[in-house]
Amino acid sequence: MATKLAEADAILIGVGLVGSMLGRELTRAGLKVVGRERGEPRFTVPDFQGPQMHDELRYSIRKALMQDNTKESVTFRNTIEQTALPIRRWESFLPGTGLGGAAVHWNGQTYRFQDSDFRLRTQVLERYGENFVGKDLTIQDWGVTAVDLERYYDRFEYLLGVSGKAGHVKGTKNAGGNPFEDTRSREYPTPPMKEPYGSAMFRKAADSLGYHPFPQPSAKLSQPYTNPEGLTMNTCMFCGYCERYGCEHYAKSSPQTVLLPVLLKDKNFTLRTQCQVLRINFDKTKKHATGVTYVDSAGREFEQPGRLIILGSFALNNVRMLLLSGIGLPYDPKTGKGVVGRNYAYQTMSGVQVFYDQKVNINPFMRSGANGTVIADFVSDNFDHGTHGFIGGAYIGEIMTNGRPIEFHPTPPGTPAWGAEWKKAVVRHYNHTCVLSIHGSSVANRKNYLDLDPTYKDAWGLPLLRTTFDFPENDLKMSAYVTQKALDIGKAMGGQQVAGSPRKGPYTITQYQTTHNTGGTVMGNEPATSVVNRYLQSWDVSNVFVIGASNFPQNASYNPTGTVGALAYWAADTIVKQYLKSPGPLVHV
Amino acid sequence: MDKISRRSFFKAAGAAAASTAVEAYGLTPDKNVAPSQNSSAHTTYTFFNAAEVALIAAAVERLIPADENGPGALDAGVPSYIDKQLSGAWGAGERLYRSGPWHSGTPSQGYQLPFTPAELFRNALRGINENLSRAGKAAFAKLSAQDQDAYLKSLQSGNIDLAGVPSKVFFESLLGLTIEGFFSDPVYGGNRDMTAWKMIGFPGAYAAYYHLVDQHGIAYNRPPMSLAEDGRGVIHIHSDIPATPSQGSK
Repeated sequence: MATKLAEADAILIGVGLVGSMLGRELTRAGLKVVGRERGEPRFTVPDFQGPQMHDELRYSIRKALMQDNTKESVTFRNTIEQTALPIRRWESFLPGTGLGGAAVHWNGQTYRFQDSDFRLRTQVLERYGENFVGKDLTIQDWGVTAVDLERYYDRFEYLLGVSGKAGHVKGTKNAGGNPFEDTRSREYPTPPMKEPYGSAMFRKAADSLGYHPFPQPSAKLSQPYTNPEGLTMNTCMFCGYCERYGCEHYAKSSPQTVLLPVLLKDKNFTLRTQCQVLRINFDKTKKHATGVTYVDSAGREFEQPGRLIILGSFALNNVRMLLLSGIGLPYDPKTGKGVVGRNYAYQTMSGVQVFYDQKVNINPFMRSGANGTVIADFVSDNFDHGTHGFIGGAYIGEIMTNGRPIEFHPTPPGTPAWGAEWKKAVVRHYNHTCVLSIHGSSVANRKNYLDLDPTYKDAWGLPLLRTTFDFPENDLKMSAYVTQKALDIGKAMGGQQVAGSPRKGPYTITQYQTTHNTGGTVMGNEPATSVVNRYLQSWDVSNVFVIGASNFPQNASYNPTGTVGALAYWAADTIVKQYLKSPGPLVHV
Repeated sequence: MDKISRRSFFKAAGAAAASTAVEAYGLTPDKNVAPSQNSSAHTTYTFFNAAEVALIAAAVERLIPADENGPGALDAGVPSYIDKQLSGAWGAGERLYRSGPWHSGTPSQGYQLPFTPAELFRNALRGINENLSRAGKAAFAKLSAQDQDAYLKSLQSGNIDLAGVPSKVFFESLLGLTIEGFFSDPVYGGNRDMTAWKMIGFPGAYAAYYHLVDQHGIAYNRPPMSLAEDGRGVIHIHSDIPATPSQGSK
């Protein structure tokens, strides 16, 4: 029997990046907010300190900061005809857990999506005509524009202190920034990070080919910075332990560095960690949520009533919580009807290696999670797709993050996987190889979706989320085209040998690619094709807001976190200025 | 770090210390294999029995052999690393989703066997012994280096049933653990004296290169650092890991 607690004004399901941001905005507005986080509390001191944090085995290989598969996993299959099986250990993507969420172990690559990303369907139809989009593709517009989100992107970047060079400020293009970005209201809060050797060689090569290289916008700071919350961060030291690690230097923007010290002091905020939310509860009308039921670390069940519910967990978990709670119609790939779990997308990744002479010391260990130089010439609709037969694109960059040798020991194609020749090649190439990343978009299609697994359960006896995913032909074509451009840049970088190949199917969970899982609680202007309205409010239950990369109707070329942050501030602003004054649906259709 | 000191290391090792590690496992001495002063002969094993140690020691040394660049997996302590991983939480299935029903699935669905890593190794090692003995061959550790390589390749590419474990799955686990043990921090029992890091020029647990990152192409020659090192450069291996203590030289 659940113990019933006192009612809160708002409940956060998950206290990661989104939960921390909404917690701060809602307490600031005077609400009493409780944050329910399933993982452990953790802080820069003592949890992220060196030298123990610099342990590749524990954090990269054994994945100490990630969701424990024995408690919650997901099942996976490539196609609807197959039987989905549980991901028994994470590899292709790594869901985080714990206070601060995945924003503790992220790399900090902080981009803005372009206006052409937000109006993708309209853009493609206008520029290329009705027949250009394959009939299985379910791409759609977001219901917001770059203009709508500009001030929220700006606010998020200033919260984080992002280091970068703006390419387009108040309608004026600036040399050295991203010339393809939509106009922004001001420069980045801090200047770009130092440029490592390989990135400098990439810049030169990209320049020589007529492209437009710019420093990757980074939430690893180039200099000390005090954010609008009054919290001060330090300069990134290029230690080479970033993704999959917490930052000991207070140099990585995370809830722990940019928000939590303020939020946790607020008397209107209560944090409860190791609380596993099982479901969102309703009144008899099924149109109004009354709170959540959760289990604490000792197995005791509680009912937490609340007037407003913010579902801000990892994209996949947002979808699962709606399905477990019965909010919204689940998507059915056979009929195309239903919305929850629809438009599950990912990211289409590939890589190119440039092998140098032994005289060239790349020093891959002197790196940071979001350093490096990129080009956006093949992003989104920044180039003419007319003759290519695909939509979307990718950025190309020399953005190496580390030289940790269990995972990073590049060898040229044809080298055996073990033995004397392998060892010689590892020694020969370790410090003399650059890697280029091709970070590509992912279209939504009819066949890729999320639902509840009929067989496999979590540690609380609830169904796991089932993922059905394979790379759409469109994205494999895109990868082939842009990877060839990266190979050409690699050849212009002065190495002895260049190797790389585009992404090929089928999608496999056995190889790390990225944790940018998107969709499933898509935002939009039509309840028939979206789960939440343009303010991220559930169409079905108006006091539930769902916020995260699960809102993306399809995934763009750039990394998603900047857009998740902008959407979180956009939703928070609407809740505070409109919803709280008159609770109820914000959009009527 | 530099090539000259690596070469002198082998000269210093000399004939006196030669082949102790190899002989300790009952292996056929191979004159082409560079010996080491840091024999892993004194390592205490908590998971493997003596016959299993002999097999693993021989196998990892074929996967990463000693050569002119430096010691191989055996002298780096990789058998000890694998032993401690298998006897600990990871070997028992830590963070491994273990509910059935069990189906083999497609290759893209990844590992779908009910074995924990410890169970997988125990079964596969038994299976290898049975497999070799059925073929009328000597135990793996007694085979010549060439025959060992050929047998490892048959495990890697074939689908030999090793007491229920497909040989390819076992081979991939063994190779994965060998590379982990070779390159992970010495606190876990492998990469003894940071030998693998010195070989490739990886500085280990250092935390700051801010002043160096824009000195493009600089030769970085500082000796590496373990996360368990004290001020005198002695590496304190975790008390749960009863492997040979480091000699402590940097």
